[in-house]
Amino acid sequence: MDITINVTDGVPIYKQIVNQVKYLVASGLLLPGEELPAIRTLALQLKVTPNTIVKAYGELEIAGVAYSRRGSGTFVSEGRPQLALRERRRIIEQRIDALLAEAHQLNFTADDILRMVRERKAAMAPGTTAEPADVEK
Amino acid sequence: MGQIVDVNDLSRSFGSKSALDGVSFHATAGQVYGLVGANGAGKTTLLKHLLGLLRAATGAVRVFGLDPVRDPVGVLSRVGYLSEERELPEWMRVDELMRYTQAFHTTTWDATYARELLESFALDPSKKVKDLSKGMRAQAGLIAAVAHRPELLILDEPSSGLDAVVRRDILDAIVRTVADDGRTVIFSSHLLDEVERMSDHVTLMHQGRVTLSGALDEVRRGYQRSRVRFAEPFDQPPSLDTALAMEGGGRTWSVVHSGSLEQFHHSVLALGGEVVESRDATLEEIFLARAGRSRQPAEAA
Repeated sequence: MDITINVTDGVPIYKQIVNQVKYLVASGLLLPGEELPAIRTLALQLKVTPNTIVKAYGELEIAGVAYSRRGSGTFVSEGRPQLALRERRRIIEQRIDALLAEAHQLNFTADDILRMVRERKAAMAPGTTAEPADVEK
Repeated sequence: MGQIVDVNDLSRSFGSKSALDGVSFHATAGQVYGLVGANGAGKTTLLKHLLGLLRAATGAVRVFGLDPVRDPVGVLSRVGYLSEERELPEWMRVDELMRYTQAFHTTTWDATYARELLESFALDPSKKVKDLSKGMRAQAGLIAAVAHRPELLILDEPSSGLDAVVRRDILDAIVRTVADDGRTVIFSSHLLDEVERMSDHVTLMHQGRVTLSGALDEVRRGYQRSRVRFAEPFDQPPSLDTALAMEGGGRTWSVVHSGSLEQFHHSVLALGGEVVESRDATLEEIFLARAGRSRQPAEAA
C-alpha cells in the first residue's frame, strides 16, 4: 500500500495513515473488499510502532472506511466511504489554509484566489474550449 | 501482561554529581517507550538500574515485579539488551557468540529466528567479533539481544553512529518484538524522528529529571508551531505569550508555543503582526523548545 509518513509536518502518524487510506479508497486505488496490509507488515514497511497501525485501522473502522474480520484481517468497506461533513470540511480547509498562506506569500489577495479558482474550474470543465483531455480520444 | 517496569522516585548520585533525581517511570506490556534527552540527562543510568547493573540508592526499581539487583537471573533471562558501546567478547567468532548467548537462554532461544537474522544481515559466522565493522557489531549484538524473544527489549542509543541500513534493521527488530507477541520495548535515542515513529510513549529527561512524559499523541497535542509576520522588523525575538522558542529575524518568525491558539493570535496581533500558518509541533520542535526554556528559567510563565 502506497503510504508515506512525514514526521516534519506535525500531523500525528496514525492520522497520516488514516487520511492516506481514505484518499486511496476515495480515488479507487483501494477497492471495496480489498484487504489492508497486516499490522506487522505495514509497521515494518513504514517503520512505525505497530500500535500506531492498530490505532489507524481502528479509526478507519469507526469512520466506516474499513472493517475487520476476527482472525483474518482488515478490509475496505463496500460502497464509497461516507465521511461526515465536518471531516470533509476539515480535509478541504487544510488545503485552503495552505493555499491562502502560499497566496499571501506571493502577494495574491483572497479575491484573486477566488477568481483564479473559478477560472481553473472553467478550464477543467469538459467541452468548453479545446481541452487537453480531448486530445487522446 | 500488565505492568512490566515500575520505577518510583529513584535518585542516584555519582560522587557529588546527581545523576537521577526523583525519577519515576512505568512501562506496560505491548508498548514502545522512547527515552530522549541530551547526553548526561540520565537515560543510560536509568536503563542500567532496570538491568540491575546499578543498585537503587533511594527509590524502588521493579522489573516484572522483581528487584533486578536481588534477582538478576529472574529479570535478565527475560530481558534483551543492546547498548551503544555494544560490549561483545572480541575474541569470539560470530557463531561462537551465538552459542555463548544461547547458553544463557537454553529454553527460550529461537535458533530459527537467530539464523534468519544472521542470513538477512549477511553476517559471516566464522568472522571474529574484533574484525566486524561498526554496523556488523551492532547487527551481531542485536541478534544476541532478541533471539531469545525477550519479554522486555532495552536498547540504549541503538542507532548511534550507524548507517541507514543497520538503523533500519534495528527498527525492524523493535516492530517485530512488539507485533509478534505484544512484548515491550524501551529505547533511548538522539534521533527524534526515529522516536516519533517508533514510540507509543515518550519520556523526556533533563539533568537527571523527567521533564515530560506520556503517550506521544498526548504529549504532542499541547504544542504548536506558527509562522508569524509583523508589520515592522524585530531585531530581538518579540515577546509573545505562551511562546517557548522562536527563530527567524526581521518581520518573519517561527514560534513554538503551548496553550490556546486564540491567545497566541491575540498576543501576535497586539504587536502588530499576524499568524500566517499554524500546525502541531513535531517532537523535535517540542524537545528543542523545552530544552531551551529550561536554560532560561526567567522566561517561565
